[in-house]
Amino acid sequence: MKTDDLIAELSGTLRPTPPGAGVMPLVLGIGIGAAVSAVLMFFWLGLRPDLMPAMHSSPFWMKFGYTLVFAALAFWAALRLAHPGTDAKTATRSIALPVAAMLALGVFELMRSPAPPAQLFYGTSHDVCPERIFVVSLPIFLGALWGLRRMAPTRLALTGAIAGLFAGAAGAWVYAFHCGESGALFVSVWYTLGIVSVGVLGALLGRFVLRW
Amino acid sequence: MHLKVLMLAALDGDARAYRTLLTELSGHLRAYFARKVKTAADAEDLVQETLTAMHRRLHTYDVNQPFTAWVYAIARYKLIDNFRRNRLRQTIPLEDAGALFADETEDSANAKRDVEQLLNTLPQNKRELVRLTKIEGLSTAETAAKLGLSESAVKVGVHRALKTLAQQFSEKT
Repeated sequence: MKTDDLIAELSGTLRPTPPGAGVMPLVLGIGIGAAVSAVLMFFWLGLRPDLMPAMHSSPFWMKFGYTLVFAALAFWAALRLAHPGTDAKTATRSIALPVAAMLALGVFELMRSPAPPAQLFYGTSHDVCPERIFVVSLPIFLGALWGLRRMAPTRLALTGAIAGLFAGAAGAWVYAFHCGESGALFVSVWYTLGIVSVGVLGALLGRFVLRW
Repeated sequence: MHLKVLMLAALDGDARAYRTLLTELSGHLRAYFARKVKTAADAEDLVQETLTAMHRRLHTYDVNQPFTAWVYAIARYKLIDNFRRNRLRQTIPLEDAGALFADETEDSANAKRDVEQLLNTLPQNKRELVRLTKIEGLSTAETAAKLGLSESAVKVGVHRALKTLAQQFSEKT
């Protein structure tokens, strides 16, 4: 086909682009994924029985805040990566901030708390925490990939990794409504490990799944 | 700026502006791909692929960002995708390989504007010489043919123009 014919054809099928259309696929995919993930968490693991009193304690809000800030920054980075020609460096690097802050909090706790270090480190659920976060994150991860495929990422492995980190953090946020752990060191290690595992999966899949 | 205005009109559904935009872009893209692949047919395929990809992804243009950065990011993606798909290790001269991976965002737009400003200080005929040989990358012979000059006149002209520019540059800094 001649390029001129192609241009005529393309301009013949032009539809107005509504404002905000650039963000819609990702928001939609993530929204549906998060709903599925919440339902999965509820029926598989259940809410922590002491959720109501826990909501008045600071460890709950620490987990809530860490995962939410992590997810928000990763979402911002994914959004920029899905818009060609948009600089995503600052957004991508900013994800290190909550991780560093959480780790600092964990180390601080280790130095100040009278509890034995092993107890702070392992908590009571370190053997299931990362795996559960991984599983709870998967619906969100699939939703994010679905959305990103309808956008235009040009750096596929990186975009996959960021999508994974986002899904991991959002999944960890959902998981925090089940998890009864209250240690900062525990969260900074095992929550982060669960989140990063989804990021690694994304980095591996991105090149194949995100092509458009 | 001109292209961005057309793009904004296209996003509002103006098919005529869109058609003009695609026609102008196809020229830019043809020149871009001609430097990256071996045959004109390959370059043309990539022009069409890029235009089609753009068309399907119009909603991913962020109106707060430079328009050309968006277009060339898509063009570069399609180029790399094409290399990968064909598993063809097309040879790119080492000095050009940087351009393939370069981050063509605001920085390069700024650089382009700086170069334009500097060039504008030259008289018209010299400006044309430098543009053709150093920016468009034509050979001395091609430039001579295009401007109807002898090859030696082109060489001397370019040499003098660059000398003038170098002088101005050192005076400024």
